[in-house]
Amino acid sequence: MAATPAIKPFDFPDMFKEAGAAAIVVFALAFAMVGFRTEPVPGGLGITLRFADVAMASVIAFAGRIALILLREGRPFPVLLTTLPFAVILGALLLADQALASENGSGFEPVLPFSSPVVNWMIVIVAAVFAGRAAWAVRHARSTVTAEEREATMDRIGARVQQVARYAGPLLIGFALVLPFLPIADRRLLDIAILVVTYIMLGWGLNIVVGLAGLLDLGYVAFYAVGAYSYALLAQYFDMGFWVCLPFAGIMAAFAGILLGFPVLGLRGDYLAIVTLGFGEMVRIILLNWYKFTKGPDGISGIPRPSFFGLPFTRYPAEGTVSFHGFFGLTYTPLDRIIFLYYLILALALATNVFTLRIRKLPVGRAWEALREDETACRALGINPRNTKLTAFSIGAMFAGFGGSFFATRQGFISPESFTFIESAVILAIVVLGGMGSQIGVVLAAILLIGMPEFFRELHQFRMLAFGAAMVLIMVWRPAGLLAHREPTLRLSATKRLAKAVP
Amino acid sequence: MAYFTQQLINGLTLGSIYGLIAIGYTLVYGIIGMINFAHGEIFMIGAFISIIAFLVLGILGVTWIPLALLIVLIATMILTPVYGWALERVAYRPLRGSPRLAALITAIGMSIFLQNYVQLVQGARIKPMQPVISGGFEIMREGSFTVALSYLQILIFVVTVVLMVVFTLVIARTELGRAQRACEQDLGMAALLGIDVDRTISLTFVMGAALASVAGLIFLINYGVIDFYIGFLAGIKAFTAAVLGGIGSLPGAMLGGLLIGLIESFWSAYFTVEYKDVAAYSVLVLVLIFRPTGLLGKPDIEKV
Repeated sequence: MAATPAIKPFDFPDMFKEAGAAAIVVFALAFAMVGFRTEPVPGGLGITLRFADVAMASVIAFAGRIALILLREGRPFPVLLTTLPFAVILGALLLADQALASENGSGFEPVLPFSSPVVNWMIVIVAAVFAGRAAWAVRHARSTVTAEEREATMDRIGARVQQVARYAGPLLIGFALVLPFLPIADRRLLDIAILVVTYIMLGWGLNIVVGLAGLLDLGYVAFYAVGAYSYALLAQYFDMGFWVCLPFAGIMAAFAGILLGFPVLGLRGDYLAIVTLGFGEMVRIILLNWYKFTKGPDGISGIPRPSFFGLPFTRYPAEGTVSFHGFFGLTYTPLDRIIFLYYLILALALATNVFTLRIRKLPVGRAWEALREDETACRALGINPRNTKLTAFSIGAMFAGFGGSFFATRQGFISPESFTFIESAVILAIVVLGGMGSQIGVVLAAILLIGMPEFFRELHQFRMLAFGAAMVLIMVWRPAGLLAHREPTLRLSATKRLAKAVP
Repeated sequence: MAYFTQQLINGLTLGSIYGLIAIGYTLVYGIIGMINFAHGEIFMIGAFISIIAFLVLGILGVTWIPLALLIVLIATMILTPVYGWALERVAYRPLRGSPRLAALITAIGMSIFLQNYVQLVQGARIKPMQPVISGGFEIMREGSFTVALSYLQILIFVVTVVLMVVFTLVIARTELGRAQRACEQDLGMAALLGIDVDRTISLTFVMGAALASVAGLIFLINYGVIDFYIGFLAGIKAFTAAVLGGIGSLPGAMLGGLLIGLIESFWSAYFTVEYKDVAAYSVLVLVLIFRPTGLLGKPDIEKV
């Protein structure tokens, strides 16, 4: 752009006042919670002081606020000149620190702002984001993006991702199919892959409820639990195998969905969310306390593993049976079972995806999306909101049930511990982050949210913190979800219409 | 009868805590129509700031209990509302006017964030504390069973009643209260009439957080043990209380809180203690299905 921005007279005292206020707020937030850490000592609690962190946080808030104000007022140069070197130097220091620390046990710790490397990296990232924004502002000679522009850009990106997904989807599936036979595939990678695909499946299942039907379900994990316990209990009491139980688990979960959904689906969105949360917790509490039936907090162990068309994955099969490796004349490796589990969940997940893609085009699928957009209009058109919502709710629950029985057979042990609210929140975060209603978004979000922390163990304790922050930031930034792009499912093309109108 | 009286006293103590938290839900819902799911975490932060203040006072050598309690009360009522204010400023203000579900997802995200923030900076272990106030009256005796009303419970009732009277007066009599009631009726119109809507909403969050922080302090000295997870359950129960009383109604929140406290206490006493949370959730579900406006609420008409 050629036009030079109009330079407004700049109010320095005002800037320092605003930045000072930010620093004071951060100081007040951090003073008690960060400044004093309660540590267990013999005979009660003791206190360790960490005022250095409090001071550092206040200073960073001050500097960050000044950078924001400068960007807002159209003066990106000083921001770029300070944040870029800062990010580069701090990043280099951190890398050097890691290298040194692994060599001789101590690095640059005294000069680093915080004691935790993850927090330091976060500061580097924030500084880099500032530098990027400043660079953008310098290049385009303006510093603010209007909400509509941002929305349009993100929508374009979402549309582009969906276009790419049409070609990348089969590629991704192909990659997923050959993954176990690639040289990089070891036990750890496959375990992580199974976990990620499980969450992708759950995300796709919840996407039917949240993304398509627009019902915020905070108790999705209840149906996951119903599926897991259905299989575990059927196996325990009636000695039934995985393949017989799998449909049962889905049916039980769908039935639970109908049972719980029927009375409450008439409620308004936010009330419905809280009620489903209550149901989720109720299911967990009942599983926890119905000791005679579910073994309560002890959980159920010894859940049978799935077999390959009746061929078990054991080294020494029982008398009179043939194991998988024996039948195919392979040498036994424990990896066989893992690979089989991987393909099992992959098949389940792909079935969920195909089902969702197809049902979207059926009348009931269209009714879900219409209901999400405008319930009153749907009533006027004669769609029964409760029944329509109920189908979405129970079908979503059914997939959670399938996922649950897979979880039970993979773990071999389940207890109510695995089905807390946090689990529901994680699945919801995947759906929200990916863009509600977007199938490829769920895949990307699951890889990002589940896979990354598994690979980088250091991030693990920050994982839920990042989940929460991501949910907030995405809702603030783009309430429809990061990669959301809603293509009309039906379009009247102008030429066809004309051709029909003028015979 | 003695057993019943004892449960009544315990239930009212518990109900005071829920009532104080429920006011925060109801005030926010009344003004901007969103469920502030993170309010339970504000309560938890209040409890943490209280325990930290007690420990610091212990190190400084302030041992006279009334003075220590007063200082802790002031400290937590000043520092916790900063969290309430920042919560609104950072997470909710940018979303004002967006769909309800977006605001609810943000609130859930904030709740997860705050929980894990406290877990990171304060550690995941439970934090025990010595009892601050001991002793009490014996008000009834039936055979070997005595009904006790501890000084602590008296203090809790007094503090709760005083706070509720003060806040009712603030809302009924002061300029801020008038602004809040105006915003509750119509945000846009209030803004046109020269009310600083942003400031009013911020102050509403500050007020709710101040009450929740007192609830946190009461929880701490009543139970003597806290962890980073207490906000979740207490938050849901207080929300149930707010819904039961009629969300948006201040006396409703207090009434609902007391009722939930009583239901929980009697349920534990006469049925099963394991299912006391199920009882609270069932109340929530039943109220929402059969009387979504609660006991004292106004009917909510959805306009197209």
